[in-house]
Order: sequence, then C-alpha cells, then structure tokens
Amino acid sequence: MNSEAPARISATVLNPGTATGALLVLDETLSFWGGFDPKNGEIIDRHHPQAGQSVTGKIIVMPASRGSAGTPAGVAESIRLVTGPVAVILRHRDINIAIGAMVAGELYGSSVPVLLVSEPEYCFLEDGNRVEITLDGTILIGD
Amino acid sequence: MPLELNAHDRALLDGKEGPIGCFAMRVVVRAAEIVGAPRLADVSFAHIDACHYYGTAHLDFVRRFADADARFKIPVWTNTLPVSLRRPESRADAGERFNGEAREVARLYSALGCRPVWTCAPYQIPGGPDFGDQIVGSESNAVAYYNSVVGARTNKYGDFLDVCAAHVGRVPYAGLHTDEGRRGTVEFDVTGLPDDLRQTEMFCHVLGHLVGARAGSRIPVISGLPAGTPKDSLKAISAAVAASGGVAMFHAVGVTPEAPDRTAALHGREPDERITVTPDMVRRARQSLSPASDGPLDMVALGTPHFSVSEFGRLAGLMDGRTVHPDVTVYVSTSRFVEQIAREKGYLEPIAAAGIDVLVDTCTYFSPAIKACRGRVMTNSAKWAYYAPGMLPVDVVFGSLEDCVLSASAGEVRRETASGPGRFWSV
Repeated sequence: MNSEAPARISATVLNPGTATGALLVLDETLSFWGGFDPKNGEIIDRHHPQAGQSVTGKIIVMPASRGSAGTPAGVAESIRLVTGPVAVILRHRDINIAIGAMVAGELYGSSVPVLLVSEPEYCFLEDGNRVEITLDGTILIGD
Repeated sequence: MPLELNAHDRALLDGKEGPIGCFAMRVVVRAAEIVGAPRLADVSFAHIDACHYYGTAHLDFVRRFADADARFKIPVWTNTLPVSLRRPESRADAGERFNGEAREVARLYSALGCRPVWTCAPYQIPGGPDFGDQIVGSESNAVAYYNSVVGARTNKYGDFLDVCAAHVGRVPYAGLHTDEGRRGTVEFDVTGLPDDLRQTEMFCHVLGHLVGARAGSRIPVISGLPAGTPKDSLKAISAAVAASGGVAMFHAVGVTPEAPDRTAALHGREPDERITVTPDMVRRARQSLSPASDGPLDMVALGTPHFSVSEFGRLAGLMDGRTVHPDVTVYVSTSRFVEQIAREKGYLEPIAAAGIDVLVDTCTYFSPAIKACRGRVMTNSAKWAYYAPGMLPVDVVFGSLEDCVLSASAGEVRRETASGPGRFWSV
C-alpha cells in the first residue's frame, strides 16, 4: 500500500449504506447488463481485462458503468440474489449504479452504498485493500 | 446549487398523488442531484427499457406501478423483450419461470398504457419524437439515434429511472437536454480514407466500433461521412458507438441535423482531441469484431438493431433465387410494425422462400432464439459482434449484408463482395 495513502476518505454519497469488504479495482468500465451475469456475479464481457472474475461480496472500484440501459436492473438483480458487490466506489457521477442500488433498497430493503470520490482519492484505492464504509460516506482503509 | 422543484414536483414528493408518484419522483430527484441539475424539465415521449426482463427485480418493480393502478400520461413505447410473445417456444431453454415472468412484465407494461412496439429501433416507426423534443430514451442505440439523427434530446436513462421519469413526465435538466451539453468534443476525421469505403454500411459499423472505443462517453464529431449516408448506416453507427463506448450522441458533419458544418458541431470551439482515422485503425477495428476463422457456418444473425423496411428490401433482392444452406440458420430480428410493412411491400415472400426466419419482439444476441445459437455465427452488426460472445457460445465472423447472404447460401464463410478491388478488405 502506498505509504502516503490516507487512512480515511470522505466520499460523496450517491446511495447511502454501510459495507465491509475487499476492493476490486476494475481496470475498465463495466456494463452490468451484457457484461455481467447477476446469476453468479461474474464479469462476462470478453473485452473486459477482468473477464471471468467474480464481484460477489466485493467493493467495486471503477470509473463508471458503461453500455446498455439494463445496468440498474443488473445491479438490483445481483443485490436481490446476493451475488453483487456490497458497495461501489466511482470516480464519475454515475446515475445507473446509484439508481440500481436505490431501487433495490426500495424493493428489498437492502442498503448497498454507492460513493463518489475525487481523482486523487480514487488513485489511493488499491485492489485487495480491505475497507469499511460508514453511512456518512467515510471510507476507512485497512491493510 | 440546490435543485429547484416546481409545485407539482413537490406535491408528488409529498405523496399527494400516492406512494407510487412519491417513489417515482424520489428516483428522478436522486438522479437530478447526482448529475447536479438545477431543475427538472418536461418530457413529451419515452422509450423504456425496463420492460426487458431478465430477472425478478424487473417484475417486482413494475408490480409496484401496476398495483397502484398507475397510467402513463405521455406516449411511452417499449424496447425489445427477451422473448418473442408470438413464439412461446423461442426461449424454451430459459425455463418456465423466466418465460412466465418475462411475459408478465410485458403484460403489466401494456396495462400501464405503453404502446407495445417491443423494438430497439423505435425511430423506424412513425409518430415518435421530432427535432428539439425533450424525451426519455433508454436503449443505448435508440438514445444515440434520437439525439444524433432525429435531434430529439435525451440522456441515456437506465432501467427504473426511465419508467419513473416517464411516470412523472420530468427529467433532470442536464447533459444532452441542454444546448451546451450537445457540443462535440472529440473529432474523428475520416476524409483520408477511400471514398468507396466510406460509402459502405459495413464501414459505418466498424467506424462506430472504433469511435465508441476511443470516445468513451464524450460526444464525437465525425468529419468526412458522405452527405447521402443512409439512415441504416446511421443506425449502425448509433448502435456501435453505444456498445463499445458510452456514446449517447454523435455529430456527422454535413449529415446529422445539428452538424451542418464542423463549426456548428463543435459549437464554434476547438475539439479537446482530434483523431485522424487511418486505414490501419479501420483494419484493426474490423479484426477485433471478427475473431473467428473462416469455415463452415452455423448461423447468420441480422437485424441488430431491428431490421428496417429498406434493409428487408435489400435482403429480398439479395436472396432472389438463393436458398439458405441446410446446415445454416438465418435469423432476422425486427419489430412487428416493420415486419408488417415489409410484408405489404412483398419483401417477406422471397425471404421466407429462401428459408430465413424472421423473429419479432426480441433479438438474437442475448438469446439462443429457436434453434441453438452456437458455433460459427456471421453477422453484419458491430453491436451483435461486440456483445454476443459474452452471452452466447459463439465465434463471430463480421461481414457485410451481402457476404452474410452469400455465406448463408454457401454454408461457409465467404467474403467475396468485401474483398473485391477497392472494397473493404483491401483497405
């Protein structure tokens, strides 16, 4: 882990919730419809560098989502099936991920946080780090 | 800047029109806050994607609206379904629950007052939005087409937000709804490529694929497309830029309505980036769409996005006297509306006689359709070529409509029309 990395980041809350888990930093944007299978939580977009990886139980870090309009439904369905990420940290203001998590909250009572961080903060989020996310959008970075 | 809401917006939030109006407005307000919109804007039309079931969340969501006896107050048209309502056998592979829930979702959206067009290419049906109209679009190719080719204004609204915005008739006034949000920022210059190449539809698929991959979510300006570039080619670009990238609008100088010239497309400013498209870039983009080797063919997939009347006309002409090889299945996906017009024009007879299967309401890139969609599949669609390998056990060969027809008839991949002198392959 970078020695100058902060122990905590105050993120903007796009959908509130709490979570603990390991970061999965995606090298490229991902579509949750067409690029992702909510039945097993796997990245199936063959053009994606992390194709074949599972996002289940992970805190996804990615710039934004991409592709078809089905992304919010893919997010909501994966939350319903508990195959999805437990939180998503974004660099861009992404409506689709946030609305998917919000509607899942309305339908199923879940609270999967979706957060927005600045570019420098984003760079401190390293794959495999364990972090805790609190309701106010604080990201506590462990080892 | 705080979000400014009018009296009706606030009444909805306060639950004056019931819990469903409150829920829908809360979703729209959340979206507006995320994008930092100063206010909401009225919309006059919507094309929704949330009817495209692929999980129980879709059904649970629409049931909220149906249980509240909600009715849309603006025209709302529907995207494709994962099944063809006309052919229950088409997704037997997916099981009873999937088929039952998919049909129930479709039934409920019809009950909410949608016009059940079940198409990803609603712009091929008359009566939709016009230039300057504020609308709700969702399906990515339709969003790109409505913005770029029609000049209607929409951001790409994902599932749930599309229905919520259509229900309250309001959207966050931001992005492509605003004048300044429609400025092209990255220019792709294709003027250096051979004329006869630029005139082919296949080039437009490949160009869209490479533009989308490089533009990301910016608004590309394409300089050098021929003035007479047909609608089918603009449909191809719309689909491809939105598959390989997050492009929701493009300008084609001298072709699309907000780009009479380069200056207009760029709103009088310089682009942030200028990319000269080289033959090598075109070649590599084409190769990435067509990873499979030549050889025996299992299937041909046409109609992504949904086939147009003019495409049916071309296909009917190409099939004249030819038949599909017995080892090959050819599907054409389209809407019921276009199918009906094509039938009236006499295009469907030679197509059916040749052994081609026309599929309505749905598409083949996300479903195995009637016969198993596997093996070596040829398509003329960059979007199909981009998505299908992740969703189906297929090896994709990308080619022109003419080559798809030749190959379907021969039973193996042919690239004859594309490989002649001066044609696509010789780039």
